[in-house]
Amino acid sequence: MRSVLYVLTTLSVIGLAFWAYRENYATQESLSKTDKLYSDIRTAYARLAILKAEWAYLNRPDRLRDLADINFDSLGLLPLRSDQFGRVDEVAYPAAPLLDIANSIEVSGTLGDDEEQFP
Amino acid sequence: MTRIPLRPLARILPARAAGQSPEDIERENRTVRHEEMRDHARQRAEGRLLVLGVFFFFAFAVVGVRMGLLATSEPVEPRASARGAAISAARADIVDRKGRLLATNLETRALYAQPPLMVDPIAAARGLVAIFPELDEKKLVKDFSGKRKFLWVKKKISPEQMQAVHDIGDPGLLFAPREMRLYPNGSLAAHVLGGASFGKEGVHAAEVIGVAGVEKYFDDYLRDPANGQKPLELSLDLTVQAAAERVLYGGMKIMNAKGATSVLMDVRTGEVISVVSLPDFDPNTRPPAPVTGDQSDSPLFNRSVQGVYELGSALKIFAAVQAVDLGIVTPSTMIDTSGPMRVGGANIGEFQGKNYGKLSVSDIIVKSSNRGTGRLALQIGAERQQEFLKSLGFFEPTPFEIIEARSGKPLWPKRWTELSTVTISYGHGMSTSPMRLAAAYASIANGGYRVEPTILKQDSASLGERVIGEAAAKSAREMLRAVVTRGTASMGEVPGYAVGGKTGTADKPKPGGGYYEDKIIATFAAMFPAYDPKYVLVVTLDEPVETSGDKPRRTAGWTSVPVAAEMIGRIAPLLGLRPTVEPVPLADITLTRSN
Repeated sequence: MRSVLYVLTTLSVIGLAFWAYRENYATQESLSKTDKLYSDIRTAYARLAILKAEWAYLNRPDRLRDLADINFDSLGLLPLRSDQFGRVDEVAYPAAPLLDIANSIEVSGTLGDDEEQFP
Repeated sequence: MTRIPLRPLARILPARAAGQSPEDIERENRTVRHEEMRDHARQRAEGRLLVLGVFFFFAFAVVGVRMGLLATSEPVEPRASARGAAISAARADIVDRKGRLLATNLETRALYAQPPLMVDPIAAARGLVAIFPELDEKKLVKDFSGKRKFLWVKKKISPEQMQAVHDIGDPGLLFAPREMRLYPNGSLAAHVLGGASFGKEGVHAAEVIGVAGVEKYFDDYLRDPANGQKPLELSLDLTVQAAAERVLYGGMKIMNAKGATSVLMDVRTGEVISVVSLPDFDPNTRPPAPVTGDQSDSPLFNRSVQGVYELGSALKIFAAVQAVDLGIVTPSTMIDTSGPMRVGGANIGEFQGKNYGKLSVSDIIVKSSNRGTGRLALQIGAERQQEFLKSLGFFEPTPFEIIEARSGKPLWPKRWTELSTVTISYGHGMSTSPMRLAAAYASIANGGYRVEPTILKQDSASLGERVIGEAAAKSAREMLRAVVTRGTASMGEVPGYAVGGKTGTADKPKPGGGYYEDKIIATFAAMFPAYDPKYVLVVTLDEPVETSGDKPRRTAGWTSVPVAAEMIGRIAPLLGLRPTVEPVPLADITLTRSN
C-alpha cells in the first residue's frame, strides 16, 4: 500500500513538474507576444503622431491662406464676414412641379353662327 | 551501536574470583559509556551547526548576489505587470479649444561621434561639412583626431540628413534617438506656447523641457508619463488666433507702430480666446534672449502680460462706474468740466487744451474729459478708489498661466496723493498690462463679477466675487456703447455687432522721467455686443502714427480703434456670433410662395 502511495506521489510530482514547465513556456510566449503587440502599438502611435503632426503642419493657417489666395480664381474663397450669415426664410422653397400636359381639354374656341353661349 | 553491558559476566566472574570489586568494573564501563554518549552528542551538535551555518551562508549569499545583480544591471520594467499607460511616455501634446494641435512631438535623431571607432576621421569631417555647411571642418578634424572619446555633432537632424551621414559610412558616426518638440503652426501663438529645449541628454534619450510660456508653466503636467495621451487643452481658438494675428500685423504696419498686442477674452469664463503680441518669433527656433538693449524690443517680450503701460483714458470708465455704483452720480448728472483745475500744485488739462464746459457723466466718458473724470475721482476719494482698483486686480501681476506673466508687475504710486487720485482716474500714474485691463473690462461686461484670465479651457462660467453693482455695470456698458456711436471711438462701429469701448491714448514715459512728446501707447478696450457682451477685446499699439492726413495723427481713435474694428469684423463671425441687423440682401434670391 505504501509503495503504491510512493509511486502515485512520484508520478504526481512528475506530472506537476511537466505542467509547470509547460505553463512557464506558455507564459513566456504570451509575454513575448504582448511585448511585440506593445511595440506594434508604440510604432502605430509614433506613426499616428507623425501623421497628426503632418496634418497639423499641412493645415496651418498660413498655408491654407496662401492656398486660398493662389486658387482664388477657381475657388473664390474669402474670409468669413458677418454678411454671410443668412436666415432660414431666405432660402427659396423648391419650385412647384409643372403639371403633366396630357389629355388636354380644349377650353377655348370660336362659336359658330348657329350656336349660342350658355352661362 | 553495540551496547556493552555494564557488568559483563566475562569480567565479573574472574574479578570476583580475584577478590576484586565488581563495582569498579561497572563504574569503569559506565564512564566509557558516558564518554561515548558525550562524543556522539557533540558530533551531532557540530553537524547541525555546520548545516545551519551552510544554510545561512547560502541564504545570505543569494540575497547578496541578487542585490549585486540589481545594482549593476539596467533597470527593466516588470514584464508581466499591468501597464498600458506607459505605451507613450512622450511629452503631452498641446491643443486648442477645438482639439487642433498646437504643439506635439516628432521623432528625430541626434548625431554623435566616437572618434576611437573612426576609420578615417578627416574624410568623415569633410563629409559632415558637405552635409552641414554650418560646421567647422578644422574643429571637427581636431576633435576627431584628438583625445576625445565622445562628442555631440548635431542635436537634431532630418531623415534625409541622417541618410546622407549613413552614406559617409564611418562607424564612428552614430545616431541617438530624440523626441523633439514641434509647433506645426509656426509663429502662431508663439508667446503663449513659449518653446522647449533639451534638458539632460543621454545616448538613448533626452528629456524635453519647456523654456517659456505654457510649456514651462505646465512642465510638470506635460512631462508626467500618466498624461501622455491627455493633451493640455488651451482656451485659444486656432482660427481666431490666426485671424487676430493677421489683422493686428496689418494694423501695426499701416499705423507704423513698432509693436502691438491684442487680447480677446470670454467675459464669463475668463478664457483667453486669442492673445497676440507683435513682433513675435517662431517657437521651433526660439531666438536667444537679448543680452543688451531694451528687453521690451525683443520679439520674446510678451506685451500682453509683461508690458505694463499707462493705458490712459481707457481707465476712465472705472471712475465713472464706481461713482455710479456708489450712488454719487447718475449717468445723467451734470458735472462742470471747465478749467482751470489745479490739484496738488498741478494743472489738469484736457486733450489739446479743449474746454467742454458742463457735461453729463455719460458725456464725460464719450468726450473723454480728464477734468470731468478727475472731479468724479475726487468725489469718490483716494481710499475708495484704491480699494476698487484693488478689487479689480490692478495691483497684482496678471495671474495668467504662462511663466512670463509673473514678471509683469503693475506699477502704482507708493504715496497715493490727491493728484494721484485724479491722474489715475484718467489712466496716468498707474501702469498695468493689457491682459489685466481686459479682465477689468470683463467685470463690467459680465454684470459686475471679477474674472481671472485663464489660458485653460473651462467647462463653465467661473465668475468671482461681485465688484460692481449690476445696474452700474449696465450703465457703464451704455456709456461705452455711446463712445462708439457718438464719441472718440466712432471708427469702431462694426455693423451688426454693437461694439462698445473706450479709447486710451497715453504718452510714453521716458526712462529718465517725464514723457515723450510724440511717442504714445494707443489702446482700445472694447466689448461686443454691448447690450449683452460675450467678449472683451483690448488692442494696444506701441508708438503708432497714422499719416494719411495733413499731419500725423496718433490718438487711439485714429489708430487702435480702426484696427480693433477690423478685428471684430473678422473674428466675430468666426466665434459664431450672428450679426443682429438684417444681413445684406443677396442677389438672385427671391422669396417665393408655393401656392
